[in-house]
Amino acid sequence: MSTAIVPLATYRNETAYPFCPGCGHGSILDNLNEALLRLALDPKRVVLVSDIGCAGLSDQYFSTSAFHGLHGRSLTYAAGIKLARPELEVIVIMGDGGTGIGGAHFLNAARRNVGMTLLVFNNLNFGMTGGQHSTTTPTGAITSTTPGGNLERPLDICATAAVNGAAYVYRGTNFDPDLTDRIVEGIETPGFSILDIWELCTAYFGPSNRFGKRSLEDTQQRLGLGTGVLEHREVAEYASTYRREAADQLAGSRLAPQLLESEFMSTLDRPCRLLVMGSAGGKVRSAARLVAEAAIRSGLHATQSDDYPITVKTGHSVAELILSPEPIDFTGIDRPDLMVILTEDGLAKAHPYLASMTAPNRVIMLPDLADVDTGATIEVLDLDPLPSRVARTELALVALTAAVVQQNVVSAEALLATASRQGRYAEKNLAAVTAGLELIR
Amino acid sequence: MAREFIDGSTAIVRGALEAGCDFFAGYPITPASPILQMMMSELPARGGVAIQGEDEIASIGMCIGATLGGARAMTATSGPGISLYSENIGLAIIGEVPLVIVDVQRLGPATGGATTVGQGDVQFVRWGTAGGYPIIALAPSNVEECYTLTLRAFDLAERFRCPVFLLTDKDLNLTMRSVNPSSLTGVTVRHRNSRTGDEGSQYRYQPPDVVPPIGRYGDEVIRFTGSSHNEDAVITKHAATIGALNEHLAAKIDDHLHEIESVDLDPQVGATTLIVAYGVTAGAARQAVRQARRDGRKVSSLVVHSVWPVPEREIKSALDGVSRVVVPELNLGQYRREIERLAHGRQVVGVNRVDGKLITPDQVIEAIS
Repeated sequence: MSTAIVPLATYRNETAYPFCPGCGHGSILDNLNEALLRLALDPKRVVLVSDIGCAGLSDQYFSTSAFHGLHGRSLTYAAGIKLARPELEVIVIMGDGGTGIGGAHFLNAARRNVGMTLLVFNNLNFGMTGGQHSTTTPTGAITSTTPGGNLERPLDICATAAVNGAAYVYRGTNFDPDLTDRIVEGIETPGFSILDIWELCTAYFGPSNRFGKRSLEDTQQRLGLGTGVLEHREVAEYASTYRREAADQLAGSRLAPQLLESEFMSTLDRPCRLLVMGSAGGKVRSAARLVAEAAIRSGLHATQSDDYPITVKTGHSVAELILSPEPIDFTGIDRPDLMVILTEDGLAKAHPYLASMTAPNRVIMLPDLADVDTGATIEVLDLDPLPSRVARTELALVALTAAVVQQNVVSAEALLATASRQGRYAEKNLAAVTAGLELIR
Repeated sequence: MAREFIDGSTAIVRGALEAGCDFFAGYPITPASPILQMMMSELPARGGVAIQGEDEIASIGMCIGATLGGARAMTATSGPGISLYSENIGLAIIGEVPLVIVDVQRLGPATGGATTVGQGDVQFVRWGTAGGYPIIALAPSNVEECYTLTLRAFDLAERFRCPVFLLTDKDLNLTMRSVNPSSLTGVTVRHRNSRTGDEGSQYRYQPPDVVPPIGRYGDEVIRFTGSSHNEDAVITKHAATIGALNEHLAAKIDDHLHEIESVDLDPQVGATTLIVAYGVTAGAARQAVRQARRDGRKVSSLVVHSVWPVPEREIKSALDGVSRVVVPELNLGQYRREIERLAHGRQVVGVNRVDGKLITPDQVIEAIS
């Protein structure tokens, strides 16, 4: 396909505008056409993005690329196009309705500064659906949904965009003689440009409010809304900045497969469902993961699922492990074979399981926890032989080691070897595993 | 033998990267956030783009825009996010936009249980946008399938130019499992059927089932609209054209079910009971089957991977000789409706839970007899 730029005599196609007599849309589009001619942009590299409302029909009268989407969402499609293809020129056409319903997108477009130019065709009401009020309808104005006069304060589109960082902000009317210049300026400014262009809706807002050309400027003045170029600043265009920053990032994935070789023996002949019941900050998940990896290194299948409150630094932390010589299809645990209880938080979560456990099941607990009611065999670990160098935060791995080695689930050898391969945690983990082994010697 | 220890989220991200996904936009939500986070770290260094949208609507909107710019896009969320995707799912359907949407289901309705498993979106992904046109949805039942079906989802999205759902859940995505690395291979994803410039419009309605090549902004003038349109993407009120467009949207999928249908049938000779399961619940079904057979009972199972469109041919064939069908699912019987309409005269029983706990193999076994 040719990539040569073909300058056009016009960016309009042969189709006549469909707009009502006196409607401002056609004149804004004529100014846009003039701006495109002046910039001599390649029509296939210009994407007109629009959404719903009479202004949303605009793209059909242009020979550029076009995207006509859902009400108020233009800026999201435009951002996606620009992020994927920073070299494209993305021009967005929205009405005041779309700017209102897409308010979150508008705010974030201003803040993020993805390179696109937004033309708001602001006729102060919903012209396509019967003249209802919009977020920019002036206070006191009569519309089909404000029959007694609008009680709401209108949104100041430009001040909102400017205060949130937009690169170029302009307010005017479709009658402004310099509108083409301003559109050119907006397109040429890197980052997010927004032009709030007031115009007449001759079907609804105009007749209902005896609103003429003069009233547009008078109302802007009455409401204290600034006009002209209100902001023009240098910003970092997001899409190209993203590409630049990404290029500086180190290549290499964090997702590269971490293979666990099967190198140890296991005597486990049936699945062991193991629950570790502790508290946030107690390294429950990492201790359980170490045991799971040791089991996998022993040729076993393993699953691990963790449970903790959304306030992650407080409350319980529970790890569920299934270690099995057979493939594991079902990862849930309704009755554990082995349970390690580390803290009162963990014990509180253990009660429903404890009630279902019977004699062949085992519960291994740290000392000084409340009494438990269960049919399982209970063993309270005696921590006195522990060397003083083992910190309390390592107790999860200490107790878990004691439990799984004593029950012949995973061998001491496999745990020691797995602990020694944990990089910067190796030393602490080795100490904890060694301490756990001492407890059951 | 060497194994890996990974969760479904990791498998999905790896599958997406292997499929050539180069654009991701999403909004944080439990339990889908790990996919967003991994994409944010993985894509930039590979020349792709990952962005956290201001909300779910923006996220899927960016994905649709990026796809028209030539990207292979994916987004991921959970039920509440799918609610916000709804309108744009319809836009992707009418605009014939290839797009992969991961729904990591959690317990609903509304906020429901953010960290709790559920399968309540199985009908929602099918019917969750206005108009009722077909979509494709694939449901992995373990970590390996999270990988392979993500690749399949990208492949089918390109084949049919439509949104494809990957329907998973909290447990599949967040539970780590030991997996054989060699099971994380074997799916080829076709290249985008891109326009070369002389195929006419990027939209075509005749013959109804044919999917035309897709264009890319910048290469040529490309038009796109979410309104009923003619083959030049110009809005039309011409009834015959609108009818042709909408029948095409259905026919391109419905006339090619054999390319989509995917199930895992485990039949047993002489069995009169069939378990039909999908997603995480299929794990309990598989384990129940093993246990039941060990106890000398005869039972067959069918795990449905392509939940939408319903693989009717495969289900009907599995129903042959069966008098009792057991459908376990973590909702109050949503997919059972699809089985019931195919199971004329057979007894169809559900095993259902909506308390945020997994259905156990014992519960399934209890329903076999």
